[in-house]
Amino acid sequence: MTLDPEIIRLLAFLVGVIAFASFNAAYLVWLERKEAAHIQRRIGPKEVGPFGLLQPLVDGIKLMTKQLIVPAGVDPVLFKIAPILVMVPAIMSFVTIPFSETLVARNLDLGLLVISAFASVNFLGLLLGAWGSRNKYAVISAGRAFSQNVAYEIPMLVIVVTLVMVSGTMNLTEIVGLQMGGFWHWNILNLAASPLMPVAFLIFFVCMLAETNRAPFDMSEAESELVAGAFTEYSGMGFGVFFMGEYANIVIGACVATILFLGGWHSPFPDTIPFFGASSVIWFLLKMYFIIFTVIWIRWTFPRTTFYGLLNLSWKILIPISFVNLILTSAMLKVF
Amino acid sequence: MSTFAQSQANETFVLNLGPQHPATHGVLRVKLTMDGEYIVEAEPVLGYIHRMHEKMGENRTWAQFLPNTGRIDYLHALAYNHGYVSVVERAASIEVPERAEYLRVITAELNRVSSHLLWFGAFILDLGGFSPLLYAFDDREHILDLLESVTGSRLTYCYFRFGGVYNDIDDNFVTGTRAFIKRLRGRMPMYHNLVTKNIILMKRLQEVGPISAEMCRKYGATGPVCRGSGINFDVRKHEPYSVYPEFDFEVPVYEQGDSMARYMVRMDEMEQSLRIVEQALDKLPEGPVMAEKVPKILKPAKGDYYHAVETARGSFGVRVISDGSNTPYRLKLRSPTFSNLSLFGEACRGMLLPDVLALMGSLDLVIPEIDR
Repeated sequence: MTLDPEIIRLLAFLVGVIAFASFNAAYLVWLERKEAAHIQRRIGPKEVGPFGLLQPLVDGIKLMTKQLIVPAGVDPVLFKIAPILVMVPAIMSFVTIPFSETLVARNLDLGLLVISAFASVNFLGLLLGAWGSRNKYAVISAGRAFSQNVAYEIPMLVIVVTLVMVSGTMNLTEIVGLQMGGFWHWNILNLAASPLMPVAFLIFFVCMLAETNRAPFDMSEAESELVAGAFTEYSGMGFGVFFMGEYANIVIGACVATILFLGGWHSPFPDTIPFFGASSVIWFLLKMYFIIFTVIWIRWTFPRTTFYGLLNLSWKILIPISFVNLILTSAMLKVF
Repeated sequence: MSTFAQSQANETFVLNLGPQHPATHGVLRVKLTMDGEYIVEAEPVLGYIHRMHEKMGENRTWAQFLPNTGRIDYLHALAYNHGYVSVVERAASIEVPERAEYLRVITAELNRVSSHLLWFGAFILDLGGFSPLLYAFDDREHILDLLESVTGSRLTYCYFRFGGVYNDIDDNFVTGTRAFIKRLRGRMPMYHNLVTKNIILMKRLQEVGPISAEMCRKYGATGPVCRGSGINFDVRKHEPYSVYPEFDFEVPVYEQGDSMARYMVRMDEMEQSLRIVEQALDKLPEGPVMAEKVPKILKPAKGDYYHAVETARGSFGVRVISDGSNTPYRLKLRSPTFSNLSLFGEACRGMLLPDVLALMGSLDLVIPEIDR
């Protein structure tokens, strides 16, 4: 009996996606610690392996061997299911992300919609975990996370809709395909579609930070206010999975930003730069990690905003600008 | 933000901030009655590390209590040393050589800078910015090294003695201190560019946590808290002690009364302290660092004595009542942070949780000093 090659391909991708998500989640912690150390003139992890490269492994073993304490009074079902609800949608989103022209698990026509939908589910996980832990800090954190999510989904989705209008498709591979041929064809500089495109990228980036709960918008985790926010009661791998889910979400955010704005796997100078080729998965990863690097850089530079400052920023600045961009783009599309 | 309605007070809940909480910098517990994220009432609960310093003082000789003063406020220990030795010297009529007073001022002002640097880092940490803490600690480390070379310890100093100081400084200390002054002056613009001018920080501090001059007077707040509210009061200027009148320095005063004002007062104070140290090094007289003929067993004359000094957190006063024996009859410590914290409950009413923590950070609390 022979297996259908499609099934083998999907199995390979399943393993690959899970490996990629887990690897990134683990090694972004290492990157974050190293980068933070560099910014703060420290050395960072260095004892375990060369440059501390085995540190994530050791951390993982430590977290796994620790007891998963389920405190008395919590809702055990919600408490246990919440970390999984954060991690699973993140891994699911990877299924539709094209890393190169051919390297995509499922090239869905509605790929962008799938990712947008899954991006909200992880907030649900956070909410359930916080509610389930029956902790006042966690509940405050969940309230914050929820209104933050509502506030930032809107400008983010409006920007996404703008790009769908420009591209005329929700298929991520096709969106990247349209940006072929040098960085001036990328959507971030697609001034013919809308002169506000660079601003749109900035809004998308800010929303991505808020969506992934990263500083300066880490309201739901704000350690100096809410101890550890929604994760206060979590220990061991329960906490570890939350943490990994968070990093996986950053990777997703960076991937989507790369695909929508930065030309995906296309080289910025296809004719002049000889290495890596005009389109290669390496370009995709370079752009993606550059965005992640910037995200970490911002975290270790800026203080945290306040919760109401964050909502003001979204409702009073980002949403109006993104709508102006939407209207401008549709007008431009109609005229030209 | 001001649409907070008192009528919803029956929907409140109580949040225990501390005694173990990252923002309280020690074992302070604040019972917050909250309506959502609004504070209805805040009640600081004290006494978690009460060590009976005052009672201890009554049970040991005058000299034996001296090391305790360094443990009241471990961040500006030398000023607390200074307050206690000054009051005992006043009681026992001990003349202090001028060089010793200069050394006291130099080390105490360096210690003030180190205290402010630590506060700076910890305050930004409260606001969620992690990196400035390590930059500030880098600078603070230089001060600790300098002070270690002359006092022998790094944190809980006991450098001052009745009648002088225990150790003279050497040339290394002088050159090291001058080098440090140059270094910190070079780094202050970086701090201002990185932190003070940061838009997020400005939004978080400006017009947040207002404390009026009236409130400061009501609760007896001193130090940067009252100077940030427009009250020009600094013990070093207004009730001069030691050799402070001989130096030219300003008292930074800001009128706004918000967290930003208190932040700016402390940032400016660092520069003023550096100026004092610089002048003191220039004018440093020669001579002994210890008074002659200080009796081994001190028995000050009967009487009631008070002496206040300006610490990094405000006015620290020591009142001793001597009955002529070798132990104080009564010892009362007036610690500045206790008064500064007293206004917290009133100041944070109706504010939001993140702003309250910014306000608490701007008060520069050192918990062992509140509890004593």
